[in-house]
Amino acid sequence: MKLSIAEALRKGIRDEMERDPRVFCIGEDIGIPGGYGGAFTVTLGLEKDFRDRIIDTPISETGIFGAACGAAMMGMRPIADVQYGDFLFCAMDQIANQIAKTRYMSGGQYTLPLVMRAPVGATGRGAQHAQSLEPFFLSLPGIKVVAPATAYDALGLLRAAVRDEDPVLMFEHKLLYGSKGPRQETGVLDASSEIPDEDYVVPIGRAVVRREGADVTVVAHLLMMHHSLAAATQLEAEGISCEVIDPRSLWPLDTDRILNSVRKTGRVVIVEESPKQWGVGAEIAAQIAEAVPDCLLAPIRRVAAPNTPAPFSPVMETFYVPQPQRIAEQIRSLVQEY
Amino acid sequence: MKHDKSISRLGAEALRGMYRRMLEIRTLEDKVRYLFLEGKMPGTIHQYVGMEACAVGVCSALKETDVIASTHRPNGHALAKGLSLESILAELYGKSSGCCKGKGGAMHLADADKGMLPAVAVVAANMPITAGVALAFKLRGEKRTAVSFFGDGASNNGAFHEALNLAAVLELPVVFVCENNHYAASTSIRRTVRIENIADRAGAYGLPGIIADGMDVLDVYEKAAAAIERARSGGGASLLELKTFRYCGHSRRDPNNYMDRAEVEEWKSRDAIPAFEKLLIEAEVLDRNGAQAIAAEVDQHVDRAIVQAQEDPEPKAQDTFSDLYVTMEVPR
Repeated sequence: MKLSIAEALRKGIRDEMERDPRVFCIGEDIGIPGGYGGAFTVTLGLEKDFRDRIIDTPISETGIFGAACGAAMMGMRPIADVQYGDFLFCAMDQIANQIAKTRYMSGGQYTLPLVMRAPVGATGRGAQHAQSLEPFFLSLPGIKVVAPATAYDALGLLRAAVRDEDPVLMFEHKLLYGSKGPRQETGVLDASSEIPDEDYVVPIGRAVVRREGADVTVVAHLLMMHHSLAAATQLEAEGISCEVIDPRSLWPLDTDRILNSVRKTGRVVIVEESPKQWGVGAEIAAQIAEAVPDCLLAPIRRVAAPNTPAPFSPVMETFYVPQPQRIAEQIRSLVQEY
Repeated sequence: MKHDKSISRLGAEALRGMYRRMLEIRTLEDKVRYLFLEGKMPGTIHQYVGMEACAVGVCSALKETDVIASTHRPNGHALAKGLSLESILAELYGKSSGCCKGKGGAMHLADADKGMLPAVAVVAANMPITAGVALAFKLRGEKRTAVSFFGDGASNNGAFHEALNLAAVLELPVVFVCENNHYAASTSIRRTVRIENIADRAGAYGLPGIIADGMDVLDVYEKAAAAIERARSGGGASLLELKTFRYCGHSRRDPNNYMDRAEVEEWKSRDAIPAFEKLLIEAEVLDRNGAQAIAAEVDQHVDRAIVQAQEDPEPKAQDTFSDLYVTMEVPR
């Protein structure tokens, strides 16, 4: 059966709630009859079958993530979500000081098996509904961070996250959900997948090679993975062979898979939708430079958003988010120069 | 006789236990203060001196399966919920025998078996967490209650608002216990709120707001027991304000010069420990010799626990890496 990311996540949440009575969802507008099923329809209709375990809250992000923290410590498996990833900052104390540190501070007495879900990406809403927040949370020991770019991975990583004993933050991209009806986005990409019947998981910490190639390793997640694949197709016609790696998990990061590719190609382009300053690309580049400096034929190149908030104007926003054309230009010039 | 119902309900043994607990807290804090000031103890201290009746009164109304959340000032709560002097002192010394293996320290005491969450040292932040604990109890249909301890300062933080409102609308089995000691660090409550009682804020959430005399352990016990029973029986959350005072500074070497000396003396004249001792003697639960014997035992116990904590082995530097994740293994 072919599902969009929103449908795959909905199926995953439903299956996990049926399988395990400890699983529940908590968030804003997630189970209001006649409502949206969350900002991007992921939980649409689930309240009909799980009245007590789809918990709608007031607009209280600190309350949501605090409650998830406390319930997880008592052995429940909460799935807490925000409507837009940007609102994670409202709950930052609960996420950064409590959820990420509680197990450690207690000397391992308490575990926090909880999932946090957050939509990211600049999508015509201005700077406070746009951020790709991965770097903030990747500098936070104590949580795991995943970012599925396809429906297959969304379902597999959701199952893995719910079954994981540690806090897992899942970033989802607004343009990849495939939300339908009044919550449909403009400018979407098709990230739907054929979903097998079996109960598969995508292990947290395992990257996937989306496209094999010989000349350059391109590391990209979420929307940037799709844009990088488009760039790779374009470059193939010019005789440039790109290997596109989708980390899927950003922490733990499948460094081995990336390094193996770099050993083969000797060139690296890292693409992300966050601002370039202190970003995902900076960390991955540093890891590569530390581990395999002798394998590099060229300086590591980063393609990222400018070091500004996301602008509203469609003209500026299109400039802000790395597009396939810009990614292709950067890869092309790197391969031509070195 | 004052509190005669509680006296007969609790019984002599429990009452003497409460008295002993209050003395343990006072004695521990007095000795820790000197150890810290003499430079013999690492870290920082936030002491509970003067507030003993609050923790002991509330926790005496709890069952072992109930759960409490504490603050940067957790020694009283920890002892009242049943953590041992040994495991607390070892944690204050950063030893691997401490209740958090030396990873938590003076502001993060915890014991999962005793129902004490890792104490939260960000003011008000334990309140939504405690609501989540109560949510777990409610979802599983368990007759357990969660208690959040916090100070008057916390009532001005956004997390207070979110937690009380969430607990109200979800009808959670939680008691929010505000230990109003009248100072947020050095700032008097007269500078931070324009109302007389923190408990009055409960009405804004549709919750009952109750006030108890935080210098009277049985008044605290009685009002806490009613709120806990309400939560346990499905009646939802409440806000319980305990009027109390800390005789010591906020932390470390704070000489509390910002406090009016007459104010301090007036609160000390109502000190909960001698008042409770007097009541127990009147009720013939205790005599003066018995009280002295308990005090002597407590003093010796604390001294022994200090020596043991000092002699316990240090953790290994490499222990830094453990206890963060359950696993970072990636199945292949």
